[in-house]
Amino acid sequence: MTGRTDWAAHIVLSFGVLSFLLPLWLLVAGATQDPGAISRGELSLLPDLSKLGVFYSVLTDKAPGGSPVWRMLLVSAGMALAIAFGKIIISLLSAYAVAFFRFPFRMLCFWTIFITLMLPVEVRIIPTYAVMSDFGLISTFTGLTVPLIASATATLLFRQVFLTIPDELVEAARMDGAGPLRFLRDILIPLSMANMAALFVIVFVYGWNQYLWPLLVATDPKLDTIVIGIVKMIGQDSVTDWNRVMATAVLALLPPVTVVLLMQRWFVKGLTEGDK
Amino acid sequence: MATLELHGLRKSFGNTPVLHGIDLALHDGEMLVIVGASGCGKSTLLRLVAGLEEPTAGQIVLDGRDVARLDPAARDIAMVFQNYALYPHMSVFDNMAYGLKIRGLGRDDIAARVGEAAEMLGLGPLLERKPRQLSGGQRQRVAMGRAIVRHPKLFLFDEPLSNLDAKLRVTMRAEIKRLQRRMAVTSLYVTHDQVEAMTLGDRLLVLHQGVPVQLATPMEVFERPANTYVAGFIGAPAMNLLPGTLSHGGTAATLDNGLVVAFPDGKRAGAEGRTLTIGIRPEHVLLDPAGIAMQVDLVEPLGSETVLIGRLPDGELLSVKVPGRGPGTDIVQVRLDSAALHVFDAETGLRLD
Repeated sequence: MTGRTDWAAHIVLSFGVLSFLLPLWLLVAGATQDPGAISRGELSLLPDLSKLGVFYSVLTDKAPGGSPVWRMLLVSAGMALAIAFGKIIISLLSAYAVAFFRFPFRMLCFWTIFITLMLPVEVRIIPTYAVMSDFGLISTFTGLTVPLIASATATLLFRQVFLTIPDELVEAARMDGAGPLRFLRDILIPLSMANMAALFVIVFVYGWNQYLWPLLVATDPKLDTIVIGIVKMIGQDSVTDWNRVMATAVLALLPPVTVVLLMQRWFVKGLTEGDK
Repeated sequence: MATLELHGLRKSFGNTPVLHGIDLALHDGEMLVIVGASGCGKSTLLRLVAGLEEPTAGQIVLDGRDVARLDPAARDIAMVFQNYALYPHMSVFDNMAYGLKIRGLGRDDIAARVGEAAEMLGLGPLLERKPRQLSGGQRQRVAMGRAIVRHPKLFLFDEPLSNLDAKLRVTMRAEIKRLQRRMAVTSLYVTHDQVEAMTLGDRLLVLHQGVPVQLATPMEVFERPANTYVAGFIGAPAMNLLPGTLSHGGTAATLDNGLVVAFPDGKRAGAEGRTLTIGIRPEHVLLDPAGIAMQVDLVEPLGSETVLIGRLPDGELLSVKVPGRGPGTDIVQVRLDSAALHVFDAETGLRLD
């Protein structure tokens, strides 16, 4: 590290920041233009401050697809939260079992979980749909969330975290009289807080951005997520209100951005801090 | 306040036997040090008593009750681990209080016990700190505090000082001894460090490859090692072990290098020519102008004394500890102090008296 300013680095970095920010800015600016301007290709870089009300009207008015945007945001948030918490709980428990307990077919269980890494949602989507259909869970919130909860990645992440916990700590807890559940609650969960936060951020964004699965399973407009809603707004009628689409996209961005910003510190800590 | 008895305690991992039947009895308040090289089974023995491993056979009787099949928490035993094993996310206070909380003690009771232990260990000002904000010695104290607050029947120490630097180790050694005396809790202490073993133990158990070799007071182990393993293990620098045979009707040994050493303490049994190992500690090899010549290969000055390592005329290695700076010559004349000889059978390695 030298004391002087490294101009070259600053220029490159600024360029990087700009290229990330420009599309977002266009989105915000575009939301406040009149509907025709965008289709005519006259998108101004300056937002029209008098038309900021579009955000409010988009939020409350019934969108072309069916429900108003606030409702779609709610569905998305519900789905992302359910997936995030579901994933964390399921993965935590399965990783706990695999990492700390000796039971028959333990390694088989572990490898079965591991192998599912090779099968992303898209690959198993048809059989999953069939199963959900057999359970009668099509167009339900359960059907929307539960299949996305199982996660090999999160299980493996927790397992790796648990493996860094020294045996002596486990033994000390046993000598202190902590049973398995107590150990999980008092020692393991506090020690993996940072990882949980990191996982929460990743999974929340993952859940929020789901497209294919909600498209298939949630045919009821009441269960439209914001991502589906945006798609429905485009090309539904012959004329697309691009400013309204952009305003919706801005609104759709806010929750995941908020989550990332709020948990940034924990996020970085959870991904970089190996053993503690 | 408790006694501990081990009866025929065995442990195998798979087909590999690690402990071949340990019988042991600790008096109330006694500090017994289990000492041996790495892999001798000493830690396994401790873990069996703690309940962290299940014995293959045998009994662990604590205060008249066989606890060998009980859960560790049900045994009323506290353990101090080598790496301290403090809960990293808990404060010093919570670390000490955790076991008490689980046992359902009241808040006031816990505070009183932790306070008492903290005062005993000088941890008072540190109670709100997290383990990572503590030095090695302080962490060690917290680990001991966690054991103390439980008021257990038995303390187990698993090489608690091995992660500390040399100076701190000496301080903590004294502190452990003082604490153990003061609390008079029966204790098992495992170490590979012979100085710790000698200074801390009321008695020592020397373990070699899963077999107890000698159980005696530290001075007895030092003065009358039961076999050549103990002789070589306890004492620094290690005892010289020289090959020889029984001669002069059992009253002396003829070393392979021709030197004849008489036994001042009487005859040893056996036929003339029985093979022996003669042990002599480096401090009992004396400089004597009339002695035999030793070629000095290495000089290790320790300040108050100097260790000379050299070869006798027949090539036999010998180490000699002399007070002060040592003679400073390449050749020294040495004599074995016959009053301090140890005689062992060469085949079995057992001590002959």
